[in-house]
Amino acid sequence: MDNLLRFRDDEAHDEPAITLDSFLDGQTNAGAVRLEAGDDARALLPSLEQLALVEVSFPSFRDGRGYSAARILREGGYTGELRAAGDVLVDQIPHMRRCGFDSFAPEAPVDAETLKRSLDRYDHPYQRAADAATPIWKLRHG
Amino acid sequence: MYQYDQYDQSMVDARVEEFRDQVKRRLAGQMTEDRFKPLRLMNGLYLQLHAYMLRVAVPYGTLSSRQMRMLGHVARKYDRGYGHFTTRQNLQFNWIKLEDAPDILAELATVEMHAIQTSGNCIRNISSDQFAGAAADEVTDPRPWAELLRQWSTFHPEFTYLPRKFKIAVIAAAEDRAAMRLHDIGIELLKKDGVLGAKIFVGGGMGRTPMISHEIRDFVTADELLSYLEACLRVYNRYGRRDNIYKARIKILLHELGPDEYRRQVEEEFAQVKTLGIDPPVAELERISAFFAPPAFESGLSEDLDRSDPDFAVWLDQNVKPHKQAGYAIVNISLKPVGGIPGDASADQIDVMADLGERYSFDELRVTHAQNIVLPHVRKADLYAVWQALTEAGLAEANLDLISDIIACPGLDYCSLANARSIPLAQKIAERFRDLDRQRDLGELKLKISGCINACGHHHAGHIGILGVDKKGKENYQLSLGGSGAEDVSLAKITGPGFDEDGVVDAIERVTDRFVQVREPGERFLDTYRRVGFETFKEAIYG
Amino acid sequence: MKLLTGNDLVTGDVTWWTGNGWSRHVEDAADVGDLGEAIAKAEEGARRVNVPYVIDAVATPEGPRPAHIKDRIRALGPTVRPDLTLKPADPDAGSWVI
Repeated sequence: MDNLLRFRDDEAHDEPAITLDSFLDGQTNAGAVRLEAGDDARALLPSLEQLALVEVSFPSFRDGRGYSAARILREGGYTGELRAAGDVLVDQIPHMRRCGFDSFAPEAPVDAETLKRSLDRYDHPYQRAADAATPIWKLRHG
Repeated sequence: MYQYDQYDQSMVDARVEEFRDQVKRRLAGQMTEDRFKPLRLMNGLYLQLHAYMLRVAVPYGTLSSRQMRMLGHVARKYDRGYGHFTTRQNLQFNWIKLEDAPDILAELATVEMHAIQTSGNCIRNISSDQFAGAAADEVTDPRPWAELLRQWSTFHPEFTYLPRKFKIAVIAAAEDRAAMRLHDIGIELLKKDGVLGAKIFVGGGMGRTPMISHEIRDFVTADELLSYLEACLRVYNRYGRRDNIYKARIKILLHELGPDEYRRQVEEEFAQVKTLGIDPPVAELERISAFFAPPAFESGLSEDLDRSDPDFAVWLDQNVKPHKQAGYAIVNISLKPVGGIPGDASADQIDVMADLGERYSFDELRVTHAQNIVLPHVRKADLYAVWQALTEAGLAEANLDLISDIIACPGLDYCSLANARSIPLAQKIAERFRDLDRQRDLGELKLKISGCINACGHHHAGHIGILGVDKKGKENYQLSLGGSGAEDVSLAKITGPGFDEDGVVDAIERVTDRFVQVREPGERFLDTYRRVGFETFKEAIYG
Repeated sequence: MKLLTGNDLVTGDVTWWTGNGWSRHVEDAADVGDLGEAIAKAEEGARRVNVPYVIDAVATPEGPRPAHIKDRIRALGPTVRPDLTLKPADPDAGSWVI
């Protein structure tokens, strides 16, 4: 976890994340779950209140399933830590932030200056997503 | 035409700087090619056989003269004096230096242009009907809807690393001039009980496994369209195959799930997504639509045309189409001169077309999926002057929709994916049928050539389609018949063993000869083919 | 013989390994024997070439001729635009490709 980047004010949750299968199999007091890229994030929706950390795995930066998983969790009302872990690249973090990720555990370290430039680059997005950004159509029409 | 406001402009300006930063990091060795490739592709920059290639987006195929001139400028200053118009209504420059790419994008941004999402596994340029706003048969102008989708899909945070590329087309007429049914999502705008809405088709595509899309929903209103599309994309993003690049397009998901199950999953997702407030208010579509209001057409114009110049008369009959406004016409500029390269235009020709658009067509031009250019709103009284100017620029070939109006991908002359050359074959076919009277006697005949299985040359949708393959290191061409990308959509069927370059030209001639023997009056080649069947032509080819 | 080819990272130009550097001209290409992959790795790492790969070629009196048409087209330029090839003045250049 040397490369952990967090965009939250609370303390990092240090309980090891268990697999979705283990979680659904009855270890129901666990507070941290790890979703593999092919796992159905919706399976967690009934249990969001007890979760403090959901880690979503990115086996390859080309695998975009985790973006949908993140949005589904946020749309379902999840407010805990949502971590993108694995092959996460600096140029992808802005989109991941928009999908609801607020924590990143990239395999390779991310250059802080590049990340800052990347996150500050766009003033407004065109579409509504899982973040608080106001879409351009809303700015146009109020 | 749509015009950027400060938000749109700041978006493309920021994109230029983002890409500049990415290129700088690549050149400084902070990123490997493996990591850089998807980033450059998402800005339309490929590494092709001879150089980098930059694909510039022409959203829904609409250009102003100022934008067209910018393409000519880039061709001169950064490329080798020409550009190539593509089957997705974009433009490609073939000889770009990586170090120049950010400056080119900065120049494009000054005229509200960009290369955003012209490649990569994301939502690509939204294509549309090149006659939009001019066609007599349209229900509405589809471009405001396409622009709404352009904005929605630009940097969509969830759908930037899809299993594979994703192409959307929007039309609003009974005649399909955009190959809508062969897109990942095809949208047909129509009126139901007086309300405009969209019929949604999903799962069409060409490539290795061609498929015609399925109707997934008969009607979505504008205020829920984006939610519905998000639902369609989300099901694909989650469940589209990622284990095999050749099975990763949404058409394979539709095929494996079946349209009913896909529809069920989309509806389930839609029920959730539509509660999230992601749809802009209808006022946004209205705001965009205002930019596409009809230009200030004059009324009471003469319908008369002086047809005394026979060459002009032929061009009128072949390349000029009816306009919805009396006194006006739609001019098609063929980029398929015999001996030329389909879709290529020199910087000088680009400038000529830009000037004609400015002077005679309310400052508008269109790019067609058949790799031609359209001047959408020309006064009939000006047609002769337009034709003269086009003739002088080598742009007056009167072959629209004829056998020499060939769609061809760049093929092995340029493309790193190709297995065979497409362009020399297109040139040989056009040469064989060079007699325009003969071409016109054959009538509408859509011939399409792809240099590999990826089918960028739409060979599956050709009345006559040709696929170039590599046969033990030699170029070989498979002939297929009976495809259509229009409203009568169908997929072409392979005739049999392939041919070398000259052999396939001969085989095509045997097909057209048989057509002439068996056709009935007024029949197009495709009609005859469908009436008499495949075997008649196969027998003509192989004996 | 084996040749090592790739594109220049900055310009995108087709380049050929000459034994001690890169040339735009296939005539200058050297037989890399079994060393192609190793040279490719080192040169790509140093960003002197992009996407390098080893190909088969035949030695001829005029120089190496790549075995596959794709690499011959890369070596010359687009056959449909002789003016843009490396040999615009040679009317027979295209026949070398086919």
